[in-house]
Amino acid sequence: MTMTSTQIEDAGPTLREGSATGRVRNRRPVARRVRDWLTAFLFTVPGLALFLVFVAVPILYAGYVSLFNWGGFGSPSDFVGVDNFTRLFQDPVFLGDLWRGLLLVGLSLGLQLPFALAMAVLLNQELRGRAVYRMLFFAPYVLSEVITGVLFSMIFAPDSGLADKALGAVGLDGAGGLWFAGQNTVLATLFLVMTWKYFGFHMMLLLAGLQGIPAELTEAARLDGANAWQRFRHITLPLLGPTIRMSIFLSVIGAIQLFDLVWVVTQGGPDHHSETMAVTMFQFGFKRYQMGYASAISIVMFLISLVFALFYQRYVLRRDTEGALTNMRGSR
Amino acid sequence: MPDTAPSSLSRRRFLGVVSVAGLGTAVLTSCGSSDSGGKDSQGRTVVEWWHIQTTEPSKHLWPQQAKAYEKAHPKVKIKLVPLENDAFKSKMTALVGTGKLPDLYNTWGGGVLKQQVDAGLTEDITDQVKDWIGELVPASRKAYEFDGRTYAVPVDIGAVGFWYNKALFKQAEIAVPPTTWAEFLDAVKKLKAAGITPIALAGKEKWPGMYYWAYLAIRIAGVDGMQKAADAKDFSGDDFVKAGEHLKELVDLQPFQKGFLGAAYPGPTGEAATMGNAKAAMELMGQWAPNTQKSEGKGIGSDLGFFPFPAVDGGKGKSTDVFGGGGGYALRKGGPQEALDFLKWFVGPESDSRLVREGGMIPVNTKARDALTDPNLKAVSDLLNAATAFQLYLDQAFPPAVGQEVNDSVAALIAGSKSPQEVARSITQVAKSQ
Repeated sequence: MTMTSTQIEDAGPTLREGSATGRVRNRRPVARRVRDWLTAFLFTVPGLALFLVFVAVPILYAGYVSLFNWGGFGSPSDFVGVDNFTRLFQDPVFLGDLWRGLLLVGLSLGLQLPFALAMAVLLNQELRGRAVYRMLFFAPYVLSEVITGVLFSMIFAPDSGLADKALGAVGLDGAGGLWFAGQNTVLATLFLVMTWKYFGFHMMLLLAGLQGIPAELTEAARLDGANAWQRFRHITLPLLGPTIRMSIFLSVIGAIQLFDLVWVVTQGGPDHHSETMAVTMFQFGFKRYQMGYASAISIVMFLISLVFALFYQRYVLRRDTEGALTNMRGSR
Repeated sequence: MPDTAPSSLSRRRFLGVVSVAGLGTAVLTSCGSSDSGGKDSQGRTVVEWWHIQTTEPSKHLWPQQAKAYEKAHPKVKIKLVPLENDAFKSKMTALVGTGKLPDLYNTWGGGVLKQQVDAGLTEDITDQVKDWIGELVPASRKAYEFDGRTYAVPVDIGAVGFWYNKALFKQAEIAVPPTTWAEFLDAVKKLKAAGITPIALAGKEKWPGMYYWAYLAIRIAGVDGMQKAADAKDFSGDDFVKAGEHLKELVDLQPFQKGFLGAAYPGPTGEAATMGNAKAAMELMGQWAPNTQKSEGKGIGSDLGFFPFPAVDGGKGKSTDVFGGGGGYALRKGGPQEALDFLKWFVGPESDSRLVREGGMIPVNTKARDALTDPNLKAVSDLLNAATAFQLYLDQAFPPAVGQEVNDSVAALIAGSKSPQEVARSITQVAKSQ
């Protein structure tokens, strides 16, 4: 390893885990340490500046605005304290958003991920044309959400859409129902489209994970007399853990910020039955020009995402970055 | 955890972009209009003109008219700034914050214009236009007048009414279009009995449903009653509850096409296409309906007819009161007088006739009415000319939050989750918070 690469690699850990690398640092002369810091500083300035301007400042500003009753004209002046937040948690639409968000997270984890995992395991076998299947299943993920939305609003148009016509062709006339247009069917239909669009992505992640599992392990287990289920349960699944945990993380964050698809297909309707937090925020910010209230929604969304991300990284993902499998620490 | 960085970062950046967007455009656009109202290098007065004509035919018509005016008036230069509708709105919102507007700018009148007037950003042009504004259709001027003073000149005008399929009406044995709400409900029942979908409605978009409630409120409370409620920020009166109850009578007949709650207005399965393909007998829509029916569906040609919104028994409004809106141009405070001279020419008989003939617009100048040949647009134009009172589109007449609440609550009423009382209460609640 050359000197330069060691320096750069050291810059990270010295910031986070002073004690672990402290011994190394102390041996270096002061001038060198100053120079290291300067280098690190210079390299981080562009990123830090962008972070401050586009991330930190807007978050703080949104937090500030959320304390005002502000229509977007001039500067906020009508200070209302936490009124926007108390109103928010009494608003049946927003409480519904939270419930629907939770439901979508539950469905994503309970149905979409297992499905993606099953497909991944299937397509990891020796199978004729599996490259074609992989491509086909991944293709929807590449499609833009707007195109997906327009496409499926045509497919699920009551009576005249492809879905109802197809059902009619196999003798199930009228079994289709209202799809996106029904208050009780809209969320299920939406989840169907979400699954169609995203399971391929998770399948790809899991496939990559599966291919990282050494074939020798499965083979050894087979020789020891483990059946297919036992091999899957005790070898594949544990070794796939890091990938699954990452998949869960992306699913949850994706469900929390769901916007484009809903906006294109239903705009949150009928009668708010498919509305998400992001859609509500957009309605209040850019349709009603109630910037204070919309900012309050965005702050709550941000906090939910942040708290989830922090806890998840602290308690769930930490095993993957520090555990025996990837062994990042051991290499240093 | 480098793998998670992109997703959590973009989450925050999205929020970030959303909240700085307003600030950013304010800074950017404030640098944009430096030479307006001044002179160019040839000593001509420059009039900067923000309009939203970005589609044909008016996309080309507007610059052509400006050129024609410049030719006759060599001392004036019209600098056109075409903006797409939503871009225009957000730019204006930002500009209002900076306090300087373009010389001539598009306006729909009503609450938004009033806000600009109250902020001292818009010129009172009453005295400068009084000699010639009388030529214009009175209903077209209403949206730009506050307390008897004029703040903008109308260029476009339209109205909402029922577009119906004469062939389907005949099939259901309805001889003449209904003139009262009771007759209207009867017609709906007859159509249903004949196996025809009576009404096409874009439930997903909410504003087409709002038209029903708004027109019923206009018929019951009268345009004056609407104004009073808006001023008092109180829509909880009996008249508005009644409007909801009448709408509920209609909704209870289940007159709309299957899946209307998910239907958009445009698109191959939308409201316009449903009408255009003769799959429904009526829609309550503005003057653009015939064109949209043709572009989204096949169009029903001479089967298409128009009748005004029916009267409601015991209502304070007349059946000749009209609900609609248009577009006009306002002059910024201290803007060049040449701009007004241009407007006078632009809506004059000769120019307006050309806008009607080539731009497919409904004449605002009474002397340009002969240029109108399309029988459907003529019907709308006649309605406007005979208008006894004029109510501007609610989302322009009221503050945006109130307009949206009307849309939202009425949509809930149509979907069956809000009662007429709750609709009136919700709108009042939002109005009071403004």
